Amino acid sequence: MIKITNLSKTFNTYKVVEALKNINLTVEDGDIYGIIGRSGAGKSTMLRCIALLEMPTSGTIEVDGQDISALSGKELIDLRKRVGIIFQGYNLLMQRNVLQNVCFPLELSGMDKAAREQKAMELLQIVGLEDKAKAYPIQLSGGQKQRVAIARALANDPEMLLCDEPTSALDSFTTKSILKLLKEINEKLNVSIVIITHEIGVVKALCNKVAVINEGTFVEQGLVLDVMEHPQSDVTKLLLGMTEGEVE
Amino acid sequence: MDEFLTKNLSMLLEGSAETLYMTGVSALFAYILGLPLGVLVTVTDKNGIHPMKTLNGIVGWIVNIGRSIPFVILMLVVAPFTRLIVGKAIGTTATIVPLTIAATPFVARMVQQSLNEIDQGVVEAARTMGATNMQIVRKVLLPESVPSLIRGAAVTVITLVGYSAMAGALGGGGLGDIAVRYGMQRYEYDVMILTLIIIVAIVQIIQVVFDLIAKKIDKRIR
Repeated sequence: MIKITNLSKTFNTYKVVEALKNINLTVEDGDIYGIIGRSGAGKSTMLRCIALLEMPTSGTIEVDGQDISALSGKELIDLRKRVGIIFQGYNLLMQRNVLQNVCFPLELSGMDKAAREQKAMELLQIVGLEDKAKAYPIQLSGGQKQRVAIARALANDPEMLLCDEPTSALDSFTTKSILKLLKEINEKLNVSIVIITHEIGVVKALCNKVAVINEGTFVEQGLVLDVMEHPQSDVTKLLLGMTEGEVE
Repeated sequence: MDEFLTKNLSMLLEGSAETLYMTGVSALFAYILGLPLGVLVTVTDKNGIHPMKTLNGIVGWIVNIGRSIPFVILMLVVAPFTRLIVGKAIGTTATIVPLTIAATPFVARMVQQSLNEIDQGVVEAARTMGATNMQIVRKVLLPESVPSLIRGAAVTVITLVGYSAMAGALGGGGLGDIAVRYGMQRYEYDVMILTLIIIVAIVQIIQVVFDLIAKKIDKRIR
């Protein structure tokens, strides 16, 4: 379970930017939580905070009751291993084959070669790519690369899978199959999922809960069914295609 | 023609061997020193994985100074240091010292360039998987940039061939020495031209071989 309380993130670069303001979010075990918003709404900062790459300016992020802002060094590294992340751009190691890519997080943890290869093969079976173990990323399609990335993200048996626009670079058919895979993982491996997206279709197809983010704050959040049936904010209506034009 | 060859062949072979020896050994030392230096400059950069402003500034400054001193002058300046290490300041082995000193900052920059080609997203992904900075260097930055490092090494080695020829003119031996002695001092232009042809051939071979290796091991090529 991950609990975010009153999270704010301010960047002090050449001017002060309030990227996130008073975010509250609780992801229960088993949830598939969609965070949807337009470009520049604060989605990326949100992701970087949950991924423990960015320390909040104020507020707390708790993973299983443990406040991450109190952690540093090795403890932080251990905590990071409990959250698997997949990215829009896959971020695979191009000089390693598929098997070695999936082995990578296990290698970082110091698992021995035979054990990690066995584990990696099991993961490749889950994502349906066991026959591509010796292939290199350049030889794979976008969907296959994302499957490798998913297998890699699962290597440390994470409690949560954090997905950053995982299907935005994929065609609609491949998107469907990736979303189906994520759903299976959620159900079979009991991994909760947070998925950051700008596509309402992804939320509808996959998520049980959703938060709509706009200008750094959540304008609406709750069960997908409720939000879809009775959208309250203009941004949500816009994302649902119920209104046209720009929202100020 | 036969007479010309028998007269000069062994000399040219020896000169080539000396040039390759100077170039090879100094390239090796330059990489032993320059590779960690290049990694340090990349890692401590403000966009690097462990920004350290002051250290980065100092190292960058030293590298720039090293790169801005013309090689001929560098050779003379470091002569006392060369004598300290090798025992003498002229000769093939002695030339390796200034060659290494000249090539080290060059290598550092080449390495930095190669490492900077790595997608930032991949580095960040490794970090989210719990990689330490050391693991990012050893398991991501270096292995992912090997093809680029090899292409950079070709540039370094070829530059060293050029430098070694320059050193030859100052008593360093090798093909440069032959070219200067025969061409400039004895007006035996045929020997000088033959020397040039050999140098050009060496450079071409280095380029082709390094390119082939880089291509062979680069997994981004289908």
